[in-house]
Amino acid sequence: MMTRIVRTAAGVLFPFVLIFGFYIVAHGHLTPGGGFQGGAVIATGIVLLVAAFGAGEIGRRIGPGALKGSEALGLLLFIGTAALAFGFGGTFFANWLANGGAIFGNVVPFGPNPGDLNTGGVIPLMNLAVGIEVLGALSVIVLLMFKGVREETE
Amino acid sequence: MIANLPFIAVTVIALIGIVVILTRKNLVKMVMGLSLIEAAVNLFLVSLGYRNGGIAPIFTNAPAGEMVMPTVQAMTLTNIVIGIATTALLLSFVMLVYRKYGSADAGVMRRLKE
Amino acid sequence: MNGIARTLTILVLAGALLYTAFSLSFGAPAASDMDDYFIQHGQEQTGANNIVTAVVFDFRGFDTLGEATVLFTAVLGVGLLFRKFSAEEDE
Repeated sequence: MMTRIVRTAAGVLFPFVLIFGFYIVAHGHLTPGGGFQGGAVIATGIVLLVAAFGAGEIGRRIGPGALKGSEALGLLLFIGTAALAFGFGGTFFANWLANGGAIFGNVVPFGPNPGDLNTGGVIPLMNLAVGIEVLGALSVIVLLMFKGVREETE
Repeated sequence: MIANLPFIAVTVIALIGIVVILTRKNLVKMVMGLSLIEAAVNLFLVSLGYRNGGIAPIFTNAPAGEMVMPTVQAMTLTNIVIGIATTALLLSFVMLVYRKYGSADAGVMRRLKE
Repeated sequence: MNGIARTLTILVLAGALLYTAFSLSFGAPAASDMDDYFIQHGQEQTGANNIVTAVVFDFRGFDTLGEATVLFTAVLGVGLLFRKFSAEEDE
């Protein structure tokens, strides 16, 4: 538990880090970034909270179920999006939403253009799934290692 | 010779990592040496795909020019995540070894302990 | 490893790595047929502007599936190593 200045600053900075991480995840098919990078940024925000408030308090507040559940949910969403291509596209991992006109299916002409968020097919959904998985996995690793150190020094 | 600077930097970083693993006895320093070798391999992968005067392979507001190769950058992304997984498991093992033996020195632990 | 073998290994490795670093050509990749295909047809087949993301998630999606599984297994391993041993008496 650090001083009051550090705790207040971490609490003020955490929502901005969260928004920045989700922006990187959501625009993964237009700008540099994607699922893994955005998930790592959000996990860094959670580590900022752990450094300011102490691992015991963050482990008690966020709880053991939420982060582990988000990691498993991310992997299941990824495999589910890939397996849904059996019914629509034909093969496993086919891009069954691209150029379709449905949810993410605008057609992109060849060449440089200002990006359109509505394109990309199944890629933004996979970006979201991998982002949720990576933020859960990295946060769980950090919290488990802190718990291992604390129960050794008791 | 000066044009090959990224490859020479890869060699220097990899050599420092190998020397650290071979000469240090502390387990945490050995894990740091392994992390240096992984960083050198990532730099090597990314610098293999460069084209002279190339731009990033992204079409959003792209300037004019030839694009560099995108496949090696995808491989580097995967390699970074695998490096994270390896380092996390190695450090957990080092913590458990310290708990059992009382020291993180590689010369102290010679055989399996109860 | 003791002194002489260690120094010899480091010198041999340094020589091999430096020879390779000087003999590669930087900025002119030799074979680029697959990457040219990805750059030319990436936008019309996947609809993404970012060719690296299209390669990672669409053209080479199986590698990403393997990588997500590796991350999941690492968290599983760390959680397995730090569990509490509740009862050691019952065999």
